[in-house]
Amino acid sequence: MAAQDQTNQLPMGQLPIGQESDSGTIFSEEVIKSLTSSKVSDRDKAIAAISQNFSPLAAEVLTGLLKGGLFWDRDSQAFYLESNGLKPIWPTAAPSAAVNPKKVAVNNRQRELLASLLSARSLFDPKVETRREAAKKLIGAPNVDLTVVQRRLAEEDDPRTLDNLKIVLAMGALKNQEGSEAEKLAALTELERLYAPAALEDIKALASGSNPELAKAATQTLKLMEARAQRLALAETLFFGLSLGSVLVLIAIGLAITFGVMGVINMAHGEMAMLGAYTVWATQTILPGQPGLALILALPAAFLVAGTVGGAIELTVIRPLYNRPLETLLATFGLSLILQQAARKGVSSMNVAVITPEFMSGQWAIANNFSVTQGRVIIIVFCLLVFAAVYLALQKTRLGLEIRAVTQNRAMARALGVHSSRVDTLTFALGSGVAGVSGVALSQLTNVGPNLGQDYIVDSFMVVVFGGVGNLWGALLGGLIIGLANKFLEPMNGAMLAKITIMVGIILFIQRHPKGLFPQRGRVASF
Amino acid sequence: MPVFDRSLKIFTVVMGLLIFSITFGSMGLSNPWISPFTVGLLGKYLCYAVLALSIDLVWGYMGVLSLGHGAFFALGGYAFGMYLMRQIGTLGVYGDAVLPDFMVFIGFEKLPWTWYGSQYFVVAVLLVILVPGALALAFGWTAFRSRVSGVYFSIMSQALTYALMLAFFLNSLGFGGNNGFTDFKRILGFDVHSLGVTVSLFVASALLLWSAAVACRWLVTSRLGLVMIAIRDNEERVRFAGYKVENVKVAVFAFSALLAGLGGALYAPQAGIINPSLFAPIFSIEMVVCVALGGRGSLYGAILGAFLVSWIKSRLSTAAPDLWPFFLGGLFVLVTIFGQNGAMGFLRWGVKKITFGFKKEPVHDPINEPKEAL
Repeated sequence: MAAQDQTNQLPMGQLPIGQESDSGTIFSEEVIKSLTSSKVSDRDKAIAAISQNFSPLAAEVLTGLLKGGLFWDRDSQAFYLESNGLKPIWPTAAPSAAVNPKKVAVNNRQRELLASLLSARSLFDPKVETRREAAKKLIGAPNVDLTVVQRRLAEEDDPRTLDNLKIVLAMGALKNQEGSEAEKLAALTELERLYAPAALEDIKALASGSNPELAKAATQTLKLMEARAQRLALAETLFFGLSLGSVLVLIAIGLAITFGVMGVINMAHGEMAMLGAYTVWATQTILPGQPGLALILALPAAFLVAGTVGGAIELTVIRPLYNRPLETLLATFGLSLILQQAARKGVSSMNVAVITPEFMSGQWAIANNFSVTQGRVIIIVFCLLVFAAVYLALQKTRLGLEIRAVTQNRAMARALGVHSSRVDTLTFALGSGVAGVSGVALSQLTNVGPNLGQDYIVDSFMVVVFGGVGNLWGALLGGLIIGLANKFLEPMNGAMLAKITIMVGIILFIQRHPKGLFPQRGRVASF
Repeated sequence: MPVFDRSLKIFTVVMGLLIFSITFGSMGLSNPWISPFTVGLLGKYLCYAVLALSIDLVWGYMGVLSLGHGAFFALGGYAFGMYLMRQIGTLGVYGDAVLPDFMVFIGFEKLPWTWYGSQYFVVAVLLVILVPGALALAFGWTAFRSRVSGVYFSIMSQALTYALMLAFFLNSLGFGGNNGFTDFKRILGFDVHSLGVTVSLFVASALLLWSAAVACRWLVTSRLGLVMIAIRDNEERVRFAGYKVENVKVAVFAFSALLAGLGGALYAPQAGIINPSLFAPIFSIEMVVCVALGGRGSLYGAILGAFLVSWIKSRLSTAAPDLWPFFLGGLFVLVTIFGQNGAMGFLRWGVKKITFGFKKEPVHDPINEPKEAL
């Protein structure tokens, strides 16, 4: 069987670009005969013949063959394609229903061949995405006709496709038995430069080959590529760590205001984020077809919704409980139960569908083999923006000044004419509003449902406690450190254990440094 | 102050009556008017009450709010559950004499070292006492020594139970993962589902609750108890007076965890299942609300609260399951804002009103009158 495979290997279709073929001539008598023959070698001939044809119908037929969806009806002498039932494709006068259809079978080798034929075909597609995809598929594919790739190389203008085509060529050069040493050395350099992990096996084979010169160069290339792979893995972990960290920071900023600045434990903080996420869902429902615009509009809306609810909570529940922090904790926990159940009863106990607009879902290629989701990058930037905004609001505005004054010395602030209870309400509303905004970001990363807040509340308290209560910088650094630590620990012993390790780590850290990373100093500390 | 005051006498009589009526009502009559199901349910409530009592001891009398007491309860349950799992023996689905079913299912080759000796009842009882006690000792020691207190301690204890929950979800830990332990068959060789065992477990729980209440009452009326209350009311002042506040806190916290563990151990066979949901922060917080509702700083209040909340929960979650979270949430808010002393405070207020004029104003009693809001 192996020997036969060798002899039957077909070169990939020669592609006469621009030549339009009449679809009627695909199924010449010859082709029909060989395609419906029971011999494997006959069908090889038929595939080769059809691959010469560049009509859309030929592509359909090849795809049909690949998927096992091409049928031949001996009675009516017609071909049918499977797509929600059998549809006649040739001849034009074929009866719409097949009488006695029989699948045109292909073997595994032919399937591989068909796949590479089809992807070589799409190398010439006018759409750049299709070409990129096709070039990517050719890497590591068997039986690639390098002459086609070479031809395309001259015309291609998309750099990413170009890089992938070069990799295909270099890999071909490595495998070529008759190739010269210089060619192979050049191919090695090229592969190293472009970083193609798919070629690792071939390079390894070369490194243990008989040619000492080549073996040396291959070993060197392997070493370089390994170092590169490690750097890439590091970059990826860093990115995911920052991404998780930024989410934690986003939620923790609001908490740093209510817990840190006001000293109020708000267990319903997660539900404020949930409200924000549901706001996205609501705006997207109001503005169907414009998920991006709805998402941006949801930002101020979520701030207002969560802020209003937060202000109301402060006035009704938290106000009677000042100086009784433990009971505030219980009361707000009760509120979180009520809000969750309200979401369950009012909307649905299931998760709601939030659309991720295009600018959030796209991939952003930083280097070959390293691309990141745009949404995650945007959320990292967004987190920094929110942080800066809150920081400026606390440092530069009148309200911020009053908040800090009340925090540091309530009695003195009141003596100087600060309306302290109004400041309390506004501070709590601000913290809740920021939580709502973080919910908008969360809606793009995780499922939006009644449990959204619960999943993050313990983590975000950890961030604030770890960073040091009453300190925005603590929340920022604490969140980023926890996010990074989480992602760096994950590959070692799994996500669950990483989380447990971090929990235990923080508990131990707090024992050593009860006031967190950035303890408040001076007069404020005794408050 | 006498340990056996009037309240404890009343409590003793109530518990005695309960034990007698339940035992007689389910076993002593040819036509029993109490079903084994009800007996098991009441037994579970008694275990919750033990947990609530242990929370009240540290919260109501020492001002330490633990949001992770469910962890000690669950650990006790798991420790005893291990024994119950080993008792299944060859009666299991896979019929393995040594390995419990879930281990065979996951593909464990041999028993993990954590399970050594768990087939002996004595070892199980030792584990029930030692594991929660040791964890509380270690956690309390590190926390109180570095003066982690107030809300920080609450959040840390919540993180502790959360971390344990995540850990117990892992199959590789060897404690049944998600499903935990279930399908118990025998206890001390007797059939778990027989009426005799059900009633015995109920009586054991009632006796445990009674002895726990007596022990707590003894503790809070002792000199140590006075120091505890002093710590609750003004920790700094106690420290300046020369007391080792940390040592008192650690000791009482560990004792309270031990009580919780014992409650959990009796809970496991009566519930018929023990799984990581007991480690969930919500469970611990629900128990704290029981205490708040019944009346913090009053031992019987905690017990009353546990019974009230459990009873309402089982009623409401069958009649209108959607309303239960609203109700529980509302309870949290209302009790904390309006009812500082809970149902017990209300009762006391009522008794005072009724007996007004007939009874002399009682002498100042720091134990039964939580002076300052926490």
